[in-house]
Amino acid sequence: MAEAALRIEGLSKSFGGLVATDNLHLAIESGEIHAIIGPNGAGKTTLVAQLAGELKPNAGQVIFAGRDITRLTMPARAALGLARSYQITSVLLNFTAEDNVALAAQAVAGHSFRFWRPARSDPALRQPAREVLAQIGLAERADTLAANLSHGEQRQLEIAMALATRPSLLLLDEPMAGMGREESGRMVALLESLKGRHTILLIEHDMDAVFALADRITVLVYGRAIATGRPDEIRNNDEVRQAYLGEEAIDA
Amino acid sequence: MDRRQILVAVIGLALFALVPPLAGIFDQPFYVDMFARIMIFAIAAVSLDLILGYGGMVSFGHAAYIGVGAYAVGILSYYGIDNGFVQFPVAIAAAALIALVFGLMSLRTTGVYFIMITLAFAQMLYFLGISLEEFGGDDGMPAYRSEFAGLIDLTDADQFYYLVFAFLVAALVVTHRLIHSRFGAVVRGAKANERRMQAMGFPTYRYKLAAFTIAGTMCGIAGALFANWNEFVSPDAMHWTRSGEIMIMVIMGGMGTLIGPVLGATGLLLLEEYLPEWMEALIAGTGEHWMVVMGPILIAIVLFGRGGIYALFARRGGDDG
Repeated sequence: MAEAALRIEGLSKSFGGLVATDNLHLAIESGEIHAIIGPNGAGKTTLVAQLAGELKPNAGQVIFAGRDITRLTMPARAALGLARSYQITSVLLNFTAEDNVALAAQAVAGHSFRFWRPARSDPALRQPAREVLAQIGLAERADTLAANLSHGEQRQLEIAMALATRPSLLLLDEPMAGMGREESGRMVALLESLKGRHTILLIEHDMDAVFALADRITVLVYGRAIATGRPDEIRNNDEVRQAYLGEEAIDA
Repeated sequence: MDRRQILVAVIGLALFALVPPLAGIFDQPFYVDMFARIMIFAIAAVSLDLILGYGGMVSFGHAAYIGVGAYAVGILSYYGIDNGFVQFPVAIAAAALIALVFGLMSLRTTGVYFIMITLAFAQMLYFLGISLEEFGGDDGMPAYRSEFAGLIDLTDADQFYYLVFAFLVAALVVTHRLIHSRFGAVVRGAKANERRMQAMGFPTYRYKLAAFTIAGTMCGIAGALFANWNEFVSPDAMHWTRSGEIMIMVIMGGMGTLIGPVLGATGLLLLEEYLPEWMEALIAGTGEHWMVVMGPILIAIVLFGRGGIYALFARRGGDDG
C-alpha cells in the first residue's frame, strides 16, 4: 500500500480533565475524501487544530506525506501543502475576494520579502487567483470586498483560498456550517468536483453531504475513533448507530 | 490609490515645496523653520503609520527612534564628528538595530501587552538618556548642524528645509511602494487576520518584525533631522508623551493612508502653535490654558472624525493608501 497522505499515530490531547483526543490512530489515503463525523464535543475541531498546527498535542505523531510534522508551526505545515478552512469563516474582510485568493497564491510563491514591485498587478499572483475564483464559481465577485459577500460566498472563498495554496491535503472544518439548503447543495457540487484531485479531510455535520461525498468515514466519539469504513459500512455499524447516528440517519 | 488620493498627495507636497519662496516674499523666515519641523514629524508619523495603520501594530514607543537618531547625531557631534555622511548612516543603523531588538521582543506579544512593552522600551531609553551625564543628562546637549562636504549647507534655512522635504518625499515613495508590494500585502493581511495568514503559510512574525524595523529606521532619520533642526538633543524627545503625539498625528490625519500622517502632523503642530494665540485674541488671559481646548478637539477628532483629516479631502475606499 502506498504511503498514506496523512497518518495520525497515537494522538492525544486533553484540556485539564477533558480528553479531546484519545490515543487516536487514523490514516487518510491519498486522493480520498475522508469524512470525520461525531456528536458535538467529539473533538473534531480540536483534531483539525492539531493537524493544522494550531494546537500542540500532548502525545502522538502526525505524519504528513511520510514526514513527521508534529512539531512544525502552522505556516511551516501550510508551506508543505496542508491547507485548511475554518469552521467559523476566516477570511480577510477588508480585502476583495480576488485579493484574498491572490494572497493565498502568494503564500506558495516563494518568500514575500519583495518590497518594491506592486503585488496587485503581478500576473504571477492574479492569474492563479482568477483561475481558482472561476473554478469555485466566484469569478463575478472578484472585486467585491470579502465583507460584502454573502455567508455562503465567504465559505466558498475560504475553499478558494485553501485551493490557491495548491495543497496536497485539504482540512475542511464544517464547510457547510450555517448554510441554507441551496448553498450547501452548491458546496457539495464544488467538493464533488475536487474529488480525486485533492485529498480531503472533511469534518461536517450535514449527514446528507457526508454520505454523498465521502469515500470513507471515521466516527469520532469522545476523542476516539469508534469506527472507520465506507459510508454503507458506517451506516450499518451497530456501535455507530448506538453512539451517534440514531434512527433518522439510518433511514436516510 | 485612486486619482483623487494622488491629487491630495501632490497638492499637499507642492504646498510644502512652496513654503520657502512664499516665506521669502512675505519676509517671514519663521515659517521655513516651522514647516521644517512639521515635515520632520511628518516623516516620523508616516513611519508609525506603516506599522500602526497598515500593520495594526500599536507601537506606543515610536519617539524612541527619534531619540536614537537625534542622539546619534548629537553624540558624534560631541566627539567632533560633524560629517553628515557619517552621522546619518550611523543614526539610521542605530535606529534600525534598536528597532530590530525592540521588535524581536515586543512582537511576541499582542494587544495591550504590545502597547505596554513598546512604551516600556521607549521609557527605558528615555531614562537612559537622563542618566547619561556625559551627554548632558536631562539637560540635554547641543548638536551642531551636520556638514555635507560643502554639497549642502544646513545652516542655510532653505537648504535645510529642502533636505527635509526630500526625505519626506522619499519616505512617502518608499512607504507607498512597500504597502503595495508583496511584503506590504503580507503586513496588511496580518493586520486583517493574522491567524488566517499563518494558516495560508505566512510566518507573519518575521514580516511584522521587518516592517517594525523599517518603520523604526525611517523614524531614526526624522530623529537625525530633528537634532539638526533643534541644534540640541535631550531625553525629552523620547518621552512617552512624544510617542503619544506622533500617534495622535497618525490618527488625526488618517490611519492607514499614505498622506494622512502628513496632514495630521501639520494639523497638530499648527494647532499647538496657534491655538494659544487664537484663544488669547478671543479672551485675554486664556492663551496659556490652550490644552483645555486642545484636548476636546483631539477627542472629537478621534470620536467623530473617522478617517481623520484625510477623509475630508479624499473619499476613503477599502484598504488603500
